[in-house]
Amino acid sequence: MSILVKEDTRILVQGITGDFGARHARLSLDYGSQVVAGVTPGKGGQVFEHAGKKVPIFNTVAEAAKQTGATVSAIFVPPPFAADAILECFDADLDLAVAITEGIPVRDMVRAKRAMAGRRTRLIGPNCPGLVTPGRGDKSSGGCRIGIAPGYIHRRGNVGVVSRSGTLTYEAVWQLTCRGKGQSTCVGIGGDPVNGTSHLDVIKLFNDDPETEAIIMIGEIGGNAEVEAARWIKAHCKKPVAGFIAGATAPAGRRMGHAGAVIGGAEDTAAAKIKIFEECGISVAATPSDMADALLRIWKG
Amino acid sequence: MNIHEYQAKELFAQFGVAVPKGVAVTSAAEFEGALAKIDTSGGIMVKSQIHAGGRGKGTFTDGFKGGVKFSPTKEKALENAKAMLGNTLVTAQTGEAGRKVQTIYFTEAANLGKRPDGRDDEYYLAILLDRATSFPVIVASTEGGMEIEHVAHHTPEKIFKVQVDPAVGLQAFQARQIAFSLGFSGDLFKQCVTLVTKLYQFYWEKDCAMVEVNPLLVTKEGKLLALDAKVSFDDNALFRHPDVVALRDLNEEDAKEIEASKFGLSYIALDGNIACLVNGAGLAMSTMDIIQHFGGSPANFLDVGGGATKDQVTAAFKIILGDANVKGILVNIFGGIMDCNVIATGIIEAVKETGLKLPLVVRLEGNNVEAGKATLAASGLTIVSGDSMADAAQKIVKLVNAK
Repeated sequence: MSILVKEDTRILVQGITGDFGARHARLSLDYGSQVVAGVTPGKGGQVFEHAGKKVPIFNTVAEAAKQTGATVSAIFVPPPFAADAILECFDADLDLAVAITEGIPVRDMVRAKRAMAGRRTRLIGPNCPGLVTPGRGDKSSGGCRIGIAPGYIHRRGNVGVVSRSGTLTYEAVWQLTCRGKGQSTCVGIGGDPVNGTSHLDVIKLFNDDPETEAIIMIGEIGGNAEVEAARWIKAHCKKPVAGFIAGATAPAGRRMGHAGAVIGGAEDTAAAKIKIFEECGISVAATPSDMADALLRIWKG
Repeated sequence: MNIHEYQAKELFAQFGVAVPKGVAVTSAAEFEGALAKIDTSGGIMVKSQIHAGGRGKGTFTDGFKGGVKFSPTKEKALENAKAMLGNTLVTAQTGEAGRKVQTIYFTEAANLGKRPDGRDDEYYLAILLDRATSFPVIVASTEGGMEIEHVAHHTPEKIFKVQVDPAVGLQAFQARQIAFSLGFSGDLFKQCVTLVTKLYQFYWEKDCAMVEVNPLLVTKEGKLLALDAKVSFDDNALFRHPDVVALRDLNEEDAKEIEASKFGLSYIALDGNIACLVNGAGLAMSTMDIIQHFGGSPANFLDVGGGATKDQVTAAFKIILGDANVKGILVNIFGGIMDCNVIATGIIEAVKETGLKLPLVVRLEGNNVEAGKATLAASGLTIVSGDSMADAAQKIVKLVNAK
């Protein structure tokens, strides 16, 4: 097993006719993922073609899901319209909405997250790289790639990876793959202050997933999500966990690229989070080059 | 995006939040005219306008103390304003360089101060996002005029919070809870309920990141006023608020950060001497961290985003080289989807175009990385390749320290 998505998960892409969405829809098709529908209001009936594959485009998410059996959406819609796209996924009762879009207003996300309560749809992101469940083919092809991560760096295996950051996730994944350790699922939850799925939500899923044997959790300065997850890990997690926190050198009060990565108080500095990680039995990577090795020090695979 | 106090108070007034009357001016020639527009009989507050807190306790670089001064007379107000305008104010939040004061705000000071019974009537009020719940939260305290972090640490029982459900917005009972928590009754209670309600409306409608009133004050006449105002906006929402964008003061922003944003680069200057150029915010932060881990000192945060085109790298090098402290550059690119060879070619062109002389260590990883490294090696330029982030960081630290 894996978490959230499997090789045969059927994916729709909101914003498939835009440059960004189209590019990554093609890469997902190349990877062997089941991209079965596109949604662009007003372009229903058109077809998105790539490498001999024909992906039908629909006007609404509900119609795309009904016609194609898609259960997960990858959202590449521009920021002013992205929260609306997310809400449309809730309305269509999808399993999962993955919002890649960067720059969605916080107020829109506050409303969208409130609207998620009581719905069956899980939201990942926004401002995230998406998620990958690696396949078993050459260079992990045949897996489920939703979002913008490079597929080939993965390898199917037993490590779950959760992170806010895209490139830092790729760094961890690549280190694992180079050491012959594959991944069950890699989840980028996004760098915004309001997101649909937290570190803790993903850790709980990994803890319950039989295929996942060990976990790497990558965090940043700002907020208390990593601390919340670490405390839960100490109390409940049955699996070895390695961690890394970015932003030790970030000055207080400055926003470091990610809207959420800003130090507000004493509790959300890198030093404070690292200390809590250590107290909770998490093997902490001293540098970002040490993420896979930090895990391998406590897990032999 | 941040705005000045006088701009925040003008917005407050538009939304019906009570503020002292005031006038902002940018030249000494306007001082007398400004003072003529307000009631100066009870004294005047002269307030330096910069985007940083701690103004009252700040000191100007010429030794003049206090960026906010009560002035009992017009003459004293003129004297204080002249001392402040054009002068550089250093506060706990500005850093050593301080900020040049380019706007002076005069406000009426009648009826301020303690009530006849000696009670200190300063309160604290703020609205911001509670990240733990993803709800807006209103924070109130009877301990106004102090640093709220200090209050939260030493007397947390004096901080009162109300979470606002975004599905229904601020409810009347919640505004009453705030007013009761601050100990108000009678007319002041009504004023407080109104002020909290209007302030929340402002926060929500204008997509504020934070609204802070410290202090909120009761005048001797029993009027509740926002004596100070600190407002910042969500950058992501500026597209729907052209009126807010018009309030942007580029004088308060770093010129290099503004230049960087034109090329889709996210740049923040730091104090060190090793510049870095990285794709992705998390990786960029970690690159700064690893430079420090190996004994170096990062000169900046620089995220080139998802791409790393020749134009972007060239622009980034130019911005980096504008910092005289920089003694070396570390480029760290995880070319997940981009071809590392294309990135390498872009780096070489950028080096040639900018005539870069400083030590440069490049760490490429990802798609077609071997070809990228070969291209760098064959360039004839003294570009050092790093095999991992750790290797690259150690190399640039060594090169810079050897100089």
